[in-house]
Amino acid sequence: MDQIAFLTDILLPALQKGLIITLQLILLAAPFGFVLGVGVAVGRQYGGPVTRFLCKVLVYFVKGCPLLLLLFILYFGLPSIGIVFSAFTASVFGFILCNGAYNSEYIRGAMLSVKDGQMIAAQALGMTRLQAVRTIVLPQAIRRALPGLSNEWIYLIKYSSLAYMITVIELSGAGKLVATKYFTYTETFMAVGVVYLFLVTLTTLAVNAIEKKYAVPGMIRG
Amino acid sequence: MHTDEYILKVEDIHKAFGANEVLRGVSFEVKKGETLVFIGSSGTGKSTLLRCINQLTPPDRGRVWLHGEEVTNSGKRINYFRQRIGMVFQNFFLFDHLTALKNVEVALIRVKGMSKEEAREKALAELRQVGMEDWAGHYPAELSGGQAQRVSIARALAMDPDVILFDEPTSALDPELTREVLEVMRTLAQQGMTMLVVTHEMGFACNVANRILFMEHGVIAEQGAPGVLLNDPQYSRVKNFIGQFLEYNGD
Repeated sequence: MDQIAFLTDILLPALQKGLIITLQLILLAAPFGFVLGVGVAVGRQYGGPVTRFLCKVLVYFVKGCPLLLLLFILYFGLPSIGIVFSAFTASVFGFILCNGAYNSEYIRGAMLSVKDGQMIAAQALGMTRLQAVRTIVLPQAIRRALPGLSNEWIYLIKYSSLAYMITVIELSGAGKLVATKYFTYTETFMAVGVVYLFLVTLTTLAVNAIEKKYAVPGMIRG
Repeated sequence: MHTDEYILKVEDIHKAFGANEVLRGVSFEVKKGETLVFIGSSGTGKSTLLRCINQLTPPDRGRVWLHGEEVTNSGKRINYFRQRIGMVFQNFFLFDHLTALKNVEVALIRVKGMSKEEAREKALAELRQVGMEDWAGHYPAELSGGQAQRVSIARALAMDPDVILFDEPTSALDPELTREVLEVMRTLAQQGMTMLVVTHEMGFACNVANRILFMEHGVIAEQGAPGVLLNDPQYSRVKNFIGQFLEYNGD
């Protein structure tokens, strides 16, 4: 079979299918991972003792557990106690937990850097703590956390390939299947690599655009 | 502007930080339209007193009343009282991520539940009042200290408070910027705003205050109208205190 035909008839259609799954994984995990990160960070910073403890425990275990192991537990382990997820759902849950736990640390760090006076002034105007956190502290913290968060989004793109280990045929998996079947390891994995590079580039550009759009003159000194 | 109705009553406020007793029983009453100026050396509890009034620092003992309603021990209703008691801080504490206009708007929308249009109109009017309308679109980092403080006064005014607490509003400013802020405050006083001002600006105290309260060691040591305090020989301590400033300033 000639190279062109292999590329157009076999490799690209397979990678396209895989890419669609990868995008679904990422686009489902990233927003919830962000929300979880914000929730856990706020819980640790402003929650009561129980909330603080629970958030800490979650972050501790997720950070301490290899993501692959987490996926194995979610997909292979939980059915033994009657909780059955599809491989895709288990992957998304795993990614949300992982992404959220790491995001929370960036956001918490950024919240700590917001000056006390911001909260004091908000409360002096009659805002509840929750209102003050939502309208004053978080908007500043998230701006400061953006560079760190963009790292996590890029990790997410790349570790989404772990879903293949629990049978989700995403981009890497699709490439692996083609490569093994046609003995075209080099070409195939290079093509897969280019797609990931493209996704990461896109993300970097998007984050740059977001940073620029929400930049506040003088708030974050370079 | 003056009525006999007390709008704010402060009763026997005590506050200690660890072993350090900052306030040792402070009581006073404020009538509508009055300007009270608190003076005294640093560390005599003036700023803590202001923060005890709106419960940013809860006092250990004593009570605060606004229009006959208890502000202390008010639970969640404290947020209502804080809308009625404005506060202006030494370091402005403008919200760093919001423009001057949005700094004034944000609580109108979030706390008072105004529509965006209504809040914008009100915020612009308050900025106009402090001479900052042209700077509405600028962020705090783009403003001078005096401008930032005027925006923070507009932010407090926008809530239509019954009383505004000024916690050393000019202490972070150079003399020129101090003047522009004091001008705004003087105008407010003349318009009948009820104000409690902690300051080291003796000129302002003597010219604008209805009453000067001289604090020493956590209590109000002497108080009275400026003319009385300065001329009546029975008030020696406050006169000495002010005298130091005048000597130092060379006039």
